[in-house]
This record gives sequence, C-alpha cells and structure tokens, in this order.
Amino acid sequence: MGEPASFTTEIRDGKRVIQLSGAWTLAWLPSPLAELDQQLQALAAEGVSWDLTSMVRLDSAGALLLWRAWGKQWPLAASIPEEHRHVLLRAESVPAATALPLVPAPTAVLGWLEWFGLRVLRAGSHLRDGLSLVGAILLDIFWLFTHPRETPFREFSATLYKSGALALPVTALVGFLIGIVLSYLSSLQLRLFGAETFIVNILGMSIIRELGPVLVAVLVAGRSGSAMTAQIGVMRVTEEIDALATMGVSRTLRLVLPKVMALALAMPLLVVWCSAAGIFGGLLAANIQLDLSWGFFIETLPRSVPLPNLWIGLSKGFVFGLLIGLIACHFGLRIKPNTESLSTKTTSSVVTSITVVILADAVFAIFTRNVGLPL
Amino acid sequence: MSSSPVIDVQGVWTRFGEALVHRDIDLVVHRGEMLGLVGGSGSGKTTLLREVVGLLKPTQGEVRLFGKSVVDASPDVQRDLRRRFGMLFQHGALFSALPVFDNIAFPLRELKRLDENLIRELVWMKLAMVELEPAHGRLMPAELSGGMIKRVALARALALEPELLVLDEPTSGLDPDRSENFVKLIRTLQRELNFTVIMVTHDLDTLAGLANRVAAMADQRIVALGTLQEVMAVDHPFVHRFFGGGRGLRAQAAQERAD
Repeated sequence: MGEPASFTTEIRDGKRVIQLSGAWTLAWLPSPLAELDQQLQALAAEGVSWDLTSMVRLDSAGALLLWRAWGKQWPLAASIPEEHRHVLLRAESVPAATALPLVPAPTAVLGWLEWFGLRVLRAGSHLRDGLSLVGAILLDIFWLFTHPRETPFREFSATLYKSGALALPVTALVGFLIGIVLSYLSSLQLRLFGAETFIVNILGMSIIRELGPVLVAVLVAGRSGSAMTAQIGVMRVTEEIDALATMGVSRTLRLVLPKVMALALAMPLLVVWCSAAGIFGGLLAANIQLDLSWGFFIETLPRSVPLPNLWIGLSKGFVFGLLIGLIACHFGLRIKPNTESLSTKTTSSVVTSITVVILADAVFAIFTRNVGLPL
Repeated sequence: MSSSPVIDVQGVWTRFGEALVHRDIDLVVHRGEMLGLVGGSGSGKTTLLREVVGLLKPTQGEVRLFGKSVVDASPDVQRDLRRRFGMLFQHGALFSALPVFDNIAFPLRELKRLDENLIRELVWMKLAMVELEPAHGRLMPAELSGGMIKRVALARALALEPELLVLDEPTSGLDPDRSENFVKLIRTLQRELNFTVIMVTHDLDTLAGLANRVAAMADQRIVALGTLQEVMAVDHPFVHRFFGGGRGLRAQAAQERAD
C-alpha cells in the first residue's frame, strides 16, 4: 500500500516499455501533479507501450490521469490487469470536460440588458408578492370582525413583549447618547451667536419629530425585523408553515398579522420612550455645557415644540412599525430552503426596511412641512 | 501498517451529565469488513459512530482509526486521517448553498492539488458511480428527491476514495425498492473499491444486505457480536425483541438468497 506512484522506463525486445508501480491513488500521487502529467503525456505521444502489472492500486483519480495522458484512447500496446482495467473503463465512460459546459455562457453583447431585465422582473415580483401579502392581511382583518374569537392575542402579546418591552434598554441608551452628542455639538455653535436658549428648540424639534422615530426604526429593523425574517424562513425550511396550513391555520393570520400589528403598536411607544431618553440626555449636556437650568428647559419645551410634532412622531412610529413588520414577513416568506437564501434574505430584509423607512420619512417631511412649526 | 485494524475502540465510556451511554465498550473492525451496529433507540449507536469519526471525545478510553488516535493526534495527522474515511450522514448533510456538482467537488478542491478539469471529470465519474447523470450536477440539494440526496451524499463521501465508509442510517426515509437498490449500489461499490464499512441501521433488510458482521448494543454495552446468525442466536432480551417475530428469519433468508 504505502508506496508512492512512480514509473520506470525499460527496453524490452527493442521496444520502450513504461512500467508503472506503486499506488496510483489520490493519497499517493505526487504533488504537484502537473509534472507527472506532462511526463506521461510526452511519453504517450512517443507511442511507448505500458505495463500496469506491478501497480499496487489504481483509483479514479489515477485512472483519469492516465486516461488523459493517453489522449482519451486505449494505447496500442499495454498490459493491464483485470482489476485495473475496470477502473480505466469507468474513466473511459466519463464525458470530456470540455463537452459539457457547466453554466450556459452569457450572451456578452446583450448581457447588461438581460441583467437589467432580470432586475426589473425581480422588482415586479417583489411588488406583486408584497401587495398580495397586504391584501391577505386586510382580508384577515375583515374576517376577524366576524370571528373575533380567532384573534391571535397570544402571538400578538408575545411579539409585543419581544420587540417592545425587551427593546426598552437599548433604545433608551441609544436615545440618551444621541441626545448628549447632539446637545453638546449644537451648544458649541449656538454659543458663538449667544443664542444658547435655542438649544431647547433644536433638541425638541429634531428628536421628537425626526431622530426619535428614525432611530427606533433602525434599531427595531435590525433587532426584530431580522429575527422575524429568520424565524419565518426557518419555519419554511422545516416545513412548519406547511404543517400550520394542514391544521387549517392561515399563515398570514397566525404569523404575519400579529407581528405587523404588534410592531405597529410597539413602535410609537418606543418612539416616546426613546425621544424622552434623548431629550433627557440633551438636557443633561446642556445643563453641564451651557449652565441651562432644568426648570427653564422644561418650561420652554412645550412652547418651542408645539403638540402636532408629537403626533407626527407617533404616527411616524406607527407607519414605520407597519412597514418593518410587512417587509420582514415578506422577505421571510420568500426564503428558499437553503442556508445561502436564509442569510441573503435576512440581510435584504434589514437593508430594505431601513431604506423604505427613510424614504417614508422623506414623504412625511414633504407632507408635514407646514405643520407643527413654532410661531 | 496494514496489520493495524481500521477501527479500534478500547474501553470506551461515555457520559452525558448523569446519563451513562457507554460502559466499557471494545470493538475492532478489520480491513474489508462491513460491520452493522444495531440497538434500540437511545442505545448509543450514533454516539459511538460519532466517536469513531472524531466528532465526539469519549469520557474515558480510546478510539483509534488506522492505528492512530482520532482526537489526540496533531492537526496535520488528524487531517490526513479524516481524508481516509468518508461519512454518509442520515439526512445527507449536503451543503444546501452549493449545487450537487460543487458538493461532490468540495473535498477534491480542499486537497488543493488537482486542476479544475481533472476535478470536473472526477465528479462526473463519481456521479456515474452512484448512477446519476452529469446534468444532475447543476441541481440544488433542495431540488433533489430523498433517494437522490442519499446518492449524492454517497458520491461526496466517496469523493476521495476512502478506505473506510461510515454510514449513519443509510436507507432511512427510502421506500423498500429504493432502499434495496441503494444497498445493492453500496455492495457493488464496496466490491469495486474495496473499502471497509461501519454503519448504524434500524432496517433489518439493510443489515442483512450489507453487513457481514453485526454488533448489537443494549444496556450501554455491546451484547452480541458476530455474523447475523451468531447474533440472532444470542440469548438477550434486546436480541429477542429486535430479531423476534419472524423478522430476523426473513432477513436471514434474504441474506442467503443474496449470497
């Protein structure tokens, strides 16, 4: 067994004979292979005869190597024992590597057109599936009006707890720190103009109206959105969704609806919580940096940030929650049963959620541009 | 080198927390043998198999493959050792992100010494060995039927032409017809490539069709070891339950027919 593959040349009856010996197997073939390959091919081109009788073992790799060296045909003169012949016969039946291309070659000229077309088709299928998901949820809601006992309260409260209550610490921390940074940077600029008191307007406006909702949306998309996509995806892979369907349980009713609704409720609450933490952080920094008194800050806040801003922040939270829940479930349901699809779809779910949230935020900004400004 | 047994399990004890799985197990498998491990659910067959391939370290005792310890050897020795056996997992364990072709090519590419053309032809050869077409190479594992998954997994396990093939429930989830074909396929390949086999199975037909030696596990140890006839003759409650009720006799008759 333990003998590397080798060959010797000898002259028998005036003819050159190549005697192969040792184990011609993957483990015993020399490394790198190219040298042996070239030597064999050169010998084969000279039309020598081959003697395989002292070869200890031949496996498919060795057989293929020989077969390739022989130019994919039986040599004119060779003595091959029966045990090695059948391995070589198997090598003979393999189609040539060039005969069957692995992937169809792309058409170079129209490649970009094909790429673009595929993109458009994919976007179309996303829109169609997304729309049918929304439709299914609406139908479920109408159905629940007549069958209120079927409302999935348990799933709803579980999601509310997981993506709402458990997200409280991290949203508070992030809001608090952003508040401090924003307040510190703004106060440096405001002091140049002697307009320190405007720190209340800047902080209140930006945090309640913009930063709170967007920050929470980014956190929730990364925290709960990804988890929802992965969960639904794994349930698809393990056929749990099919199991639900066979028990007569609608997947949108039991899986998608409670998630979307729980996020739509949890998000506005988290927005209030995060904005409060942000304003507290800003207040603390302003107190230290600008010697602004707590009382003044609290007193000025309602005057410089009119109430509609809070409503804008809350409705943003509601809409962002809906969007994140829908997108997470949409991507989860598109996951194919393999690991690669699971990871790419979870990534796209989070990226799409954040992008769509920011787009929606821009739309909000346009439609509320005259609302809630201090007089 | 050829004198040392392929698998040498010596005094293995395995404990998971409080639960004792193996109590002083000895087992030797020689070159060319096809050993079938049988035992009730939870009797530690699969655990023993995982210890043989080095996925799990026994609490006490030693497992040697080709005369070398599987878990205590240096990384280089371990790597060489792991290339000398192929394992067929119960559910195939194909890499779901890779098409069939790349699944089989994976161990070959890991060697980092074969050129891509040779790899391609080798993969087609392996596919032909398990009676699949080159065109099947483009399919993704999710698109395969249960029988095809087993075949592709077998092709991958045999990619490096190992000296030892480890089978975990090779025919579970296959219908009797497919199961019989798969057993025949493994037998044919074993005759051609001359590898040693250790397998865990619940299926008596598979056992009768493949194994030339049987080890029955119960009460945390091996209670019977020998040919199918010898094992069936052992007086032990598990052996009675497992082979009783005419099942064993049918399997035995099938084995005689096959031989």
